[in-house]
Amino acid sequence: MTSKPRDAATATSPLGLLLIAGAVATVGLLIVAPLTSVFVDAFSNGPRAWWEALAHDPDTRHAIWLSLTVAPLAVLINTVFGVAAAWLVARFRFPGRSLLVSLFDVPFSVSPVVAGLALVLIFGRQGLLGPTLTALAVKVIFAWPGLVLATTFVTLPLVVRELIPVMEAIGPEEEMAAVSLGANGWQVFWRVTLPNIRWALLHGVVLANARAMGEFGAVYVVSGHIAGTTDTMPLRVEKLFQEYRTPASMAVASVLAALALLTLVAKVFIERQLETESKELEAARAPGADTDPTTGGLGS
Amino acid sequence: MNTNQPPSPPNRRVRTRTVLPGFGLSAAITSLMIVGLVLIPLAVLILRAASLGPAGFLAAAWTPRARAAYAVSLGASLAAAIISSLLGLLVAWVLVRLEFPGRRILDALVDVPLALPTAVAGLVYSTLYVEKGWLGQILVPMGIRGAYSRLGIVLVLVFVSLPFAIRVVQPVIESLDKDTEEAARLLGASKSQTFLRVVLPGILPAVVTGFALALARALGEYGSVVFISGNMPFKTEIAPVLIVSRLEEFAYAEATAIAVVLLGMSLSMLIVVNVLQQRLARNAQ
Repeated sequence: MTSKPRDAATATSPLGLLLIAGAVATVGLLIVAPLTSVFVDAFSNGPRAWWEALAHDPDTRHAIWLSLTVAPLAVLINTVFGVAAAWLVARFRFPGRSLLVSLFDVPFSVSPVVAGLALVLIFGRQGLLGPTLTALAVKVIFAWPGLVLATTFVTLPLVVRELIPVMEAIGPEEEMAAVSLGANGWQVFWRVTLPNIRWALLHGVVLANARAMGEFGAVYVVSGHIAGTTDTMPLRVEKLFQEYRTPASMAVASVLAALALLTLVAKVFIERQLETESKELEAARAPGADTDPTTGGLGS
Repeated sequence: MNTNQPPSPPNRRVRTRTVLPGFGLSAAITSLMIVGLVLIPLAVLILRAASLGPAGFLAAAWTPRARAAYAVSLGASLAAAIISSLLGLLVAWVLVRLEFPGRRILDALVDVPLALPTAVAGLVYSTLYVEKGWLGQILVPMGIRGAYSRLGIVLVLVFVSLPFAIRVVQPVIESLDKDTEEAARLLGASKSQTFLRVVLPGILPAVVTGFALALARALGEYGSVVFISGNMPFKTEIAPVLIVSRLEEFAYAEATAIAVVLLGMSLSMLIVVNVLQQRLARNAQ
């Protein structure tokens, strides 16, 4: 913070101004222009046409409803997984731990289309479990369970990756104290761990939800793209576009874009809370020389 | 309470990790998800492709149309990752080092591509760059076609991969020691010399990691590209689009073989990222 005046001086230099102009142009052209045009195009025929495109088309209504069901389910699964996996990795040392941590990232680097295909090869009619599922009359592919599975796969790393660094930084001391005072596992979790990680958890949930609402490739493959049955909002955007109903497509897109903006506002707010808490943690750690600060960090 | 006396760290670690409950439950949930949702599906995919035999695999994965799709995918992703890395470095630098009105807003806007559904991005980009679009009406008469072309693919891939390139580099620029730069300048180095000899070596590993992340993201992208590319075989068809069109023809063997090639590309990217990040962590110490 002390170096701010010197930075401010560079900002007014010709080179500084040029760099700022370049950065603003980059973000403006690549990000702001498309974002603005979604809303302009969506409302180009007035708010009434926008509303009718959303509310008077049963397939679109169904897509909105389906997205609002599938995304929270996938996020819920990932929240349970994220907390469990972060607890495992941040509180215990065991062989294969670092391999496990890199496995968490695999869904990030697998193309969503490939992930969807892999699910089809297992749960599809000709898939590994196909005959069993047919006998049980359970439909996974071309039905909502497949959508949930595909969405869960794609968003798998988002919650756990937020939690691990925070839990490592906080360290196990408070939880151990609770255990030694006689608390059981659930009490430790609800009363000690959860209050400590709540902002990081919320951050992960918000990011996972945004990704889940918007997922396209993986969901496209497993859904069969059936209007009024397995079309989520992003799939509906594509179908309307293919049917040359661009205004209606833009209306659905504008709802998704508004949701993305809400996500960003929430993200900025949560990040401020996180920053304050990590500063408080540092301040609490600094004078207390009796605890070794390195054990709270990333153990190798 | 035993934490008041500081015992030797390794000893302490073993003890602290075993006192806490929940190892069994958390290990069960974690392995159910990782094995059930990630490892088994990917293993099934690879085994399915392997069951084709070497000749069958080649016949399915190495057709002229598939080779063209890999080339378009790789070429567009490489171009997008390079552009993202350069623009990302610029934006990250400006966000960290320069103070100007609206800096925080710019910083928040960088995350838009992470939150905006890729289908929305693809839809909007395709309407922006067609002949009648906002940008298309200026660019198309100049001969620049940003929709239904390879350029269009690169544009949306830059959009989806830009945040990765920025967010990896930004904290590293923040952690740079400004005194070293100051010293270089005092010792007579020019601004460009200082940047090339002092700053760049410090941030290069992060730039390369950002590049690899952007490349991995771009290689697998489907939702936005399908809107803007026109999906013409041999011209603007990327590998994920080819997988989907094979699937829609119920040509599962071919789709699987192409998917395994794509998976191989992206997993090797993941390994590169991991190695780079370890090197990065070592350099930072």
